[in-house]
Amino acid sequence: MSTLDTTSDVPRRPFSGRRVRLGDLLLQGVAGLAALGATVLVGLIAYKIVEGSRLSISTFGLGFLQRVGWDPVHNLFGAETFLFGTAVTSIGALILATPLALGIALFLTELAPNWVRGPVTALVETLAAIPSVVIGLWGILVLGPVLLNDVMPALHSALGFIPLFGPTSTGASVFTAIIVLTIMILPIVSSISRELFLGVPSELKEAALGLGTTRWEMVRGVILPYTRGGVAAAMILGLGRALGEAVAVAQVIGSFSGNGISWNLFNPGNSIGSELVNEFLNYSTTLELSSLFYLALILLVFSLAVNLLAQVIVRRVARRQGFVS
Amino acid sequence: MSAADATQLGRRNDRLRRRHAVNRGMELLAWLAAAIAVAILGIVVVSVAKRGASQLNLDLFTKTPTATAFTLHPVAQGISNAFVGSLVIVGLATAFALPIGILIAIYVNEFAPGAVKNGIGLVLDVLNGVPAIVIGIFVFGLLVVGHGQSGIAGAFALAVIMLPLVARSTIEVLALVPNTLREAGLGLGVPRWRTTLGIVVPQAVGGIVTGAVLAIARIAGETAPLILVSSIAGSSVAWNPIHALQTVPVAIFQLSEEPDPQAHARAWAAALVLVLFVLVVSLVARWFATRSRRKLQGAR
Amino acid sequence: MSVVSSSIEPTVRVETKRQPLPPRERLETVFEIENLDAIYGSKSALKGVSLEVYKNLVTAIIGPSGCGKSTFIRCLNRMNDLVPSFRQTGTIRYHGQDIAARDVDPVAVRRTIGMVFQRPNPFPKSIYDNVAWGLRVLGMRDNLDDRVERALTQAALWDEVGDRLKASALSLSGGQQQRLCIARAIAVEPDVVLMDEPASALDPIATQKIEELMHNLKTEYTFVIVTHNMQQAARVADMTAFFSISRGEEGARWGELIEYDATEKIFTAPSDKRTEDYVTGRFG
Repeated sequence: MSTLDTTSDVPRRPFSGRRVRLGDLLLQGVAGLAALGATVLVGLIAYKIVEGSRLSISTFGLGFLQRVGWDPVHNLFGAETFLFGTAVTSIGALILATPLALGIALFLTELAPNWVRGPVTALVETLAAIPSVVIGLWGILVLGPVLLNDVMPALHSALGFIPLFGPTSTGASVFTAIIVLTIMILPIVSSISRELFLGVPSELKEAALGLGTTRWEMVRGVILPYTRGGVAAAMILGLGRALGEAVAVAQVIGSFSGNGISWNLFNPGNSIGSELVNEFLNYSTTLELSSLFYLALILLVFSLAVNLLAQVIVRRVARRQGFVS
Repeated sequence: MSAADATQLGRRNDRLRRRHAVNRGMELLAWLAAAIAVAILGIVVVSVAKRGASQLNLDLFTKTPTATAFTLHPVAQGISNAFVGSLVIVGLATAFALPIGILIAIYVNEFAPGAVKNGIGLVLDVLNGVPAIVIGIFVFGLLVVGHGQSGIAGAFALAVIMLPLVARSTIEVLALVPNTLREAGLGLGVPRWRTTLGIVVPQAVGGIVTGAVLAIARIAGETAPLILVSSIAGSSVAWNPIHALQTVPVAIFQLSEEPDPQAHARAWAAALVLVLFVLVVSLVARWFATRSRRKLQGAR
Repeated sequence: MSVVSSSIEPTVRVETKRQPLPPRERLETVFEIENLDAIYGSKSALKGVSLEVYKNLVTAIIGPSGCGKSTFIRCLNRMNDLVPSFRQTGTIRYHGQDIAARDVDPVAVRRTIGMVFQRPNPFPKSIYDNVAWGLRVLGMRDNLDDRVERALTQAALWDEVGDRLKASALSLSGGQQQRLCIARAIAVEPDVVLMDEPASALDPIATQKIEELMHNLKTEYTFVIVTHNMQQAARVADMTAFFSISRGEEGARWGELIEYDATEKIFTAPSDKRTEDYVTGRFG
């Protein structure tokens, strides 16, 4: 009767509610479960590492960090040697890599002709992609002999009065490990720095150059202060990378299992990571295994602290940049 | 005033000359830094290429390592068991980490409220920050103690490393899918789950695949955890992950520490294959990424 | 004070403090630009520009957008060198010396020929350090405090910031920041100050302060300013150069100098019809 009656046969209850909601719930549930699983995983990792170290913690307590020597025969273990090695290699690599990375970043942003920029950037990123075991292989078989035969003796004769550059004996040394780590953290520090330098507003650079300053004076007065925080974060991230690197270090550091600390960079040494890689499967007592877990715990805590520090710095820099712009 | 100097622009006084010298010095240093970076990469790549290529032959892929180091007659040796093992372990790890990583990304991007989003982001960051060796020790404690090494443990360890990588890159790609697409689907009356799985994810599939492939390239070279949980393996080709399987990075590691130059030769060859694999895969992934990004932009 | 009245149409009525120009023989030439062509990549930006800039005057460059005013002024202190695709031909003589020549040091040029930019761009440092940084780098460290105070006073900023020199420059208002940039530029004792639309990002009161600055500082510096605001040119400039866009084949466009004369003449009795059209607002 009404001419407005539609002729379509849409059912009077077109919304079949329940089936639809089930699908949504299912997806959300499964996906949420996955997310929950990741969270549980993190907790599980922490739990397992702590649980594994419990015996050693109760035996040695915090003194573990100061004890020197790893002695399975007498069941006495200490982390000092490895802490020292980790500190020396990581910090040494950071000291070498930072100026190099900044130099590369400045080159790419201020100096390089256009046709050079792309290839060099790609090159540095390729370096980052090479697996650490390959760099370690190269370190043992190529870098080690060169350092042993040429570089280390030269350094020793020139700077031998500094205890860092003592007599050389082997190609597998702390020094080799520092060089290898430098190579490995170079890409991350330099690519972050490059991004930061690109972000400096060109009007600030022009203001400085307009006063009649040289390019370097402009870099020192405008670019470097402006990117100070970000570069710090990049360095911290590089440090974190160095801390976590175990395999390449294990291959080139010489695995000095003696019971002392040597300041001579040319001696073999050991870091937490390299000790874990090389000796983990060789444990003989449960206390030794637990102490190895304890070492892993120390490494985990350091890595997470360093990562957290980097995040904090990034956040503070972002806030300040936002205020500035 | 400076009117006097002003008329002598071309004449460099001492101070200006010194400043220019410092500037030139710094430029030189920057060039040097770049040259060092190029040189290092060049040396490493050339070493691997040269030494690896000279040792590269089919035997590498088809023969197994000799059982002992002491044989009277040199026998052609290879590391076929390592390639097979890597294939199995990386394959298993991907099968495990990829779907879960994608699901996590879907949850974070499509369902999670703000605070939960940040929380999971934090979880992923923390997971990403755990050193690989610690993950190896974790898996050791979880799966190896009492049971022995296994390929499954190796796959699990690699999956743990892969998870935050896949999740992060998928989150980024999903965030790029414009909201209008979701609204279009929902507006049609299509339920949330179908919109997500049928429209959003397929739109992002290019980026997801890219992220996954890059993650695979990354874990293909991961050594530390495998040394702990899947390194003591026989020299014959094995497919069953219940037992420990040999893998390429672990083989390189072990060969690099042997004193035998033959072992070194095989290590170089294997390293060359590994590096080529990683580089080619990364290149293909990035090419695919630019291509799918162009498609994404073209579709808008 | 005199009022400029137009004999064409009373469209440009401004109050100006400008004194009448001294006779031509008493004007000293600072810049002698001859046949300047400026090219970016393959596109011409300027063609055949020739004019003379005189000492202790304010010279304004006016014209429609895209006529190459900014390009022109940036040629005067070699700032265009920073653009990789830039090339120029012709000569720019500064007190007789061609500053576009290969062997002339652009760093030295910029020290003597300073620049203030369109948007205030103070360094993210303190007010004091903004002025002092250039002085330190360029070796003018003696009596630093006095130099900073003098520069800020000349820029009419000292009264406002003299008691908080350590505060961040970014806490100042836009107008104050621009005056700080002027102080920064004049602290290093240039001979010429180039200004690329210095007040276009500022409110009228801040603009007025800057115009007053130029008038007061004329005795010590030579000013060349680019402005898209005709009234500003009429108020502030002694000489005015009018640039406009010329077109060629295949959509090529470039800037040319149309007319250059005393400001009074440009705005009351311009010689070129295009100038007349522009200043009376018929186009541009």
